[in-house]
Amino acid sequence: MSMQTGLATSTTRLRSYAPATDVSVAAPAPRLEIARATPVTAHRNPRTEPGPVRFIIIALAITFLSVFVVLPLVVVFASAFSKGVVAYFAALAEPEALAAIKLTLLIAAISVTLNLVFGVVAAWAISKFEFAGKTFLITLIDLPFSVSPVISGLVYVLLFGAQGYFGPWLQAHDVHILFAVPGIALATIFVTFPFVARALIPLMQEQGTQEEEAAISLGASGLQTFFRVTLPNIKWGLLYGVLLCNARAMGEFGAVSVVSGHIRGETNTMPLLVEILYNEYQFVASFAIASLLAMLALITLVAKTILEQRLDEAEVPDGD
Amino acid sequence: MAIEVKNIVKRFGSFAALDNVDLKVADGELLALLGPSGSGKTTLLRIIAGLDWPDSGEVAIDGENALSRGASERQVGFVFQHYALFRHMTVFENVAFGLRVQPRAIRKDEATIRARVKNLLDLVQLDWLANRYPSQLSGGQRQRIALARALAIEPRILLLDEPFGALDAKVRKELRQWLRSLHNEIHVTSIFVTHDQEEALEVANRVVVMDKGKIEQIGSPGDVYDNPATAFVHGFIGESIVLPVDVAGDAVRLDGRPLNIPALGAASGAAKLFVRRHDMAVGPAGTGALEGAIRHVRSFGPIQRAEVALSGSEGKTVIEIDAPRDRELQAGEIVSLQPRRYRIFAAQE
Amino acid sequence: MGLTLTWLSVIILIPLGALFLKTFELSLDQFWGIVTSRRTLNALKISFGLSFAAACVNLVMGTIIVWALVRYRFPGRRLFDAVVDIPFALPTAVAGVALTQLFAQKGWLGAPLAELGIKVAFTPIGIFIAMIFIGIPFVVRTVQPVLIDLDPEIEEAAASLGANRWHTVFRVILPSLIPALLTGFALAFARAIGEYGSVIFIAGNLPNVSEIAPLLIVIRLSEFRYADATAIAVVMLVASFLIILLINRLQRWAQARIPVH
Repeated sequence: MSMQTGLATSTTRLRSYAPATDVSVAAPAPRLEIARATPVTAHRNPRTEPGPVRFIIIALAITFLSVFVVLPLVVVFASAFSKGVVAYFAALAEPEALAAIKLTLLIAAISVTLNLVFGVVAAWAISKFEFAGKTFLITLIDLPFSVSPVISGLVYVLLFGAQGYFGPWLQAHDVHILFAVPGIALATIFVTFPFVARALIPLMQEQGTQEEEAAISLGASGLQTFFRVTLPNIKWGLLYGVLLCNARAMGEFGAVSVVSGHIRGETNTMPLLVEILYNEYQFVASFAIASLLAMLALITLVAKTILEQRLDEAEVPDGD
Repeated sequence: MAIEVKNIVKRFGSFAALDNVDLKVADGELLALLGPSGSGKTTLLRIIAGLDWPDSGEVAIDGENALSRGASERQVGFVFQHYALFRHMTVFENVAFGLRVQPRAIRKDEATIRARVKNLLDLVQLDWLANRYPSQLSGGQRQRIALARALAIEPRILLLDEPFGALDAKVRKELRQWLRSLHNEIHVTSIFVTHDQEEALEVANRVVVMDKGKIEQIGSPGDVYDNPATAFVHGFIGESIVLPVDVAGDAVRLDGRPLNIPALGAASGAAKLFVRRHDMAVGPAGTGALEGAIRHVRSFGPIQRAEVALSGSEGKTVIEIDAPRDRELQAGEIVSLQPRRYRIFAAQE
Repeated sequence: MGLTLTWLSVIILIPLGALFLKTFELSLDQFWGIVTSRRTLNALKISFGLSFAAACVNLVMGTIIVWALVRYRFPGRRLFDAVVDIPFALPTAVAGVALTQLFAQKGWLGAPLAELGIKVAFTPIGIFIAMIFIGIPFVVRTVQPVLIDLDPEIEEAAASLGANRWHTVFRVILPSLIPALLTGFALAFARAIGEYGSVIFIAGNLPNVSEIAPLLIVIRLSEFRYADATAIAVVMLVASFLIILLINRLQRWAQARIPVH
C-alpha cells in the first residue's frame, strides 16, 4: 500500500506510521535500558560483546556519524562565518537574500495553512468514518513521500508549462502559475501534503469515536464537538505535523527548482538562492543563507524531540 | 547432578535480592523455589544458570565450581518464563539450535542431530509440529518446545522459570502432571521457580520457600504445609487464621483473655497464633478456647465455611473456618472454637 | 469528505494523471527510444547502481550505529542518537553545498583525500557519498525500535544452549532483525534514487559519467523536451513502486512468521 507500512515493526503507533522520507521519521531516544543494572565483565554477561569489540563498534559508529553527518553541518556554519560576522550579516542583508527569505516565509505560510486545514479534514475522514476507497485515499496521501521531488515538480510543468495541458489557455488569459509564486506554492503543497494527515491519523484512530459520540449525545453540534472535543485531543499531534510540514516547506529544493524558473528577487526561495550563489562562487553569501536553513533544521529537531516526549506521555496506556 | 549453593549474596543497588543463601540439591531431585515476587527465587535460578552473577558466594554443579564458567559453558538447560523461542526458526531448528552451535570438535553430524531432535519432539509429543514457526503454536505447545530445546543439549541440570506462569488454568494443570511424569522418565536434576504454592506442592519432591532474599524453609510438600517453620511460611502456604496473642510463660492470651492452650515453647511477648481453617474444631458454646457468633455460613462439597465474629472483640475480629458437614451450623449460633493444630510465632518487630 | 477528495484531486491526482497522460502520448517506440538512449540509460544506471551501493553501506553502517546506540553506554550517546536525524531535517540544497565544500579539493576532507590521490567531489564517488548521507537515518530509525524491543531472554536462551556470542549475534539476533533491516535498506535505496538536491552539487553532472536520472529530467525540462523528461520519470516511478511493493511483501512475509505482540 505504501512505503510507510515498512515501519510497522516499530514500537509506538505514531512511529510506525511515520512517513518514509524526511524529518518526520521519529527519533526515539531509547527509553528501555537494555543493559542489566550491575556491571559485569564481558566474559560473564551473556548479553554483551568482549570489550575490544564494543570499542570498535562504538568507534565506527561515532566516526561515521561525525564524518558523514556532523561535519557537513559544521561546514555550513564555518563557511558562513569564514569572512567574519560582518560579511555574514552583510550577505543576509542583500536585497536578493531578503527577497528569498520573504518568499520562503510566504510559501511556507500558504502551504502550511492549506495543508493544516486539509490534513485535519483528511485525517478526520479517514480515522472516524468507514467508506469505500479508504485504502486508496491513504495511499494517495502517502504518494508524495515516495515520489522524487523532481517528479513532483515535473507534473506541474506538464500541467501548466508552455507545452503543458493548461499552458496555452493560461497564456491566453495571462495567468502565471509556472515560474511564479502559485507554481512554487503548488509544488510545495504537493511535497508537504502528507505531514499533517500522517501525524494525525494514528492519533485519531487510537482515540476512536467514543468521546465524539458522547459529546453529540450531550447535545453538542458537529462544530462544537470538533473544537471542544476532537481538537484538544490532537493538539500535540497537530503541532508535530505542522512543525515537520513547515520544515520541509521552507527547505524544499528539487520540486521548487523545477517550477520556479529561478527569477532573481522574484521566484527564488532560500534553498534556490543557496544554489545560485554557490554556483556563482559567492560562498559566504550562499552559506549564510544555508546557515539559516540549517538553524531551522536544528530547531525543528529539538522541537520534534520535545513534542515526541509530549506525545509519548499523552499516549494512553491500554485500558482494555 | 547435584547442585550446591553457598553463601550467595546478590544486591541490586541497596536492595538485597539474595541475602546469604545456602542450598543443596541432590542428584535427580525435582525442586521447587516458591515465594512471592521479589523474594529472590528467579535471581537464584539465573545465578545457577550463569545468566546473573552473585556479588559473593559459591555455586558448584556436580562438585565443580560453576562461577568460573559463563552460561554457554555450563550445560545447564533453562526454560524461560516466556519461552524465548527463536521466532525466525521452525520448531525443528529451535530444538536443533543447541546441537548446531556446539564447537566443531564435538558437533554431531546432521543425521545424528536430526535423529536426536526427532526423539525430543517425540518425547514432548509434538513431532507433528516440527516445521511450524513458534507464532503458530499455542502457549502449552511453546512451553513443551522450549523444554525440548533445553533438553537437546543433554543438560546436567534443568532450570525452569515460572514454567506455567503464562498459561491458562486448564493447560497449566495438564502440564504440571506432564512435567512430573517427564521428570520421572528422564530424571535430570531440576529446579523450577513458582509463586504458586499449589504448583510447588503438587509437582516438586522438595519445596524451598523464599522471602525477601532468604530461604525460610526447605522441606517436602507435606512438611512445609503441615509444619511451617516460620510465620511467613504459615501465612504464605495454605489459608491461615492469624490472631494476635500475648505469650507469658506457657500461657497464651487473646485480647487479655486466656485461651487455655499451651504456648508450645513460644517466647514470651507479643506473638501470632496461626491455625488452618480446617484445624479449628467447632463445639457447643463454653467448651473451647475461643467463642464467637456465626454470622454467615456457606456450604459446598464436603465442608461448610463459616464466618465467625469472635466474642470479646466487639465483633471486630472475624475469622473464616472450615467445618465438616456432620452438623449443620446456623447463622446467629454461638459456638466455641478449639484449635486442633496450631503454631505460635513471635511477632516480628 | 467531498472537500478532501476535491483537494486531493487538485493537488495530487490530476498532476499525476497528467504524467501518465503525457506518457501515453508517446508511442512505444518513442518511449523505448528515449529510455534506451545512451545518456538516459547511463543516468539510470548511475542512479540505481550508486543508490544500491549506498544503501548497502547504509545497511552495514546503520546496523553498527544502531547496535552502538542501543546496546552500549558511551559519552555523547544521546547526542549522536539525535544527530542521526540531521539528514532528514537538513534541507537538501544545504546538505548538497555542505558536502561539496567538505569534499572539494580544498575542503576539510577533500584536501587530505586528494593527497592520497582520491578525488571525491565532482565524481561518481561524490554522488555515492551524498546518497550515503541521506540514506543513513532510514536504516537506523527502522531497525532501532526493533532492536530495543528484542526480548533479552532470546539471547540468554541462546547462551544457555551453548552458543557463543558470535553465534548468538549472527544466528539469533541479526536474523530477528532481517525484516527491519530489509525495510530500512529499501527505504534508503528508494530515497537515494529520487534524491536531487544533496547530490547535484557534488556530482559534477558530466553526462554518462556523473549525471543522475533526476538531473536529466530537469535538463530535459529546461530544453522543453517534456516527453523525454516524462519517460524517464515514469521509469523511476515504476521502479519506486516495485520497491514499495517488495517492502510490503517482505513485511507481510515477516509478520506471518513473527506476530507483532
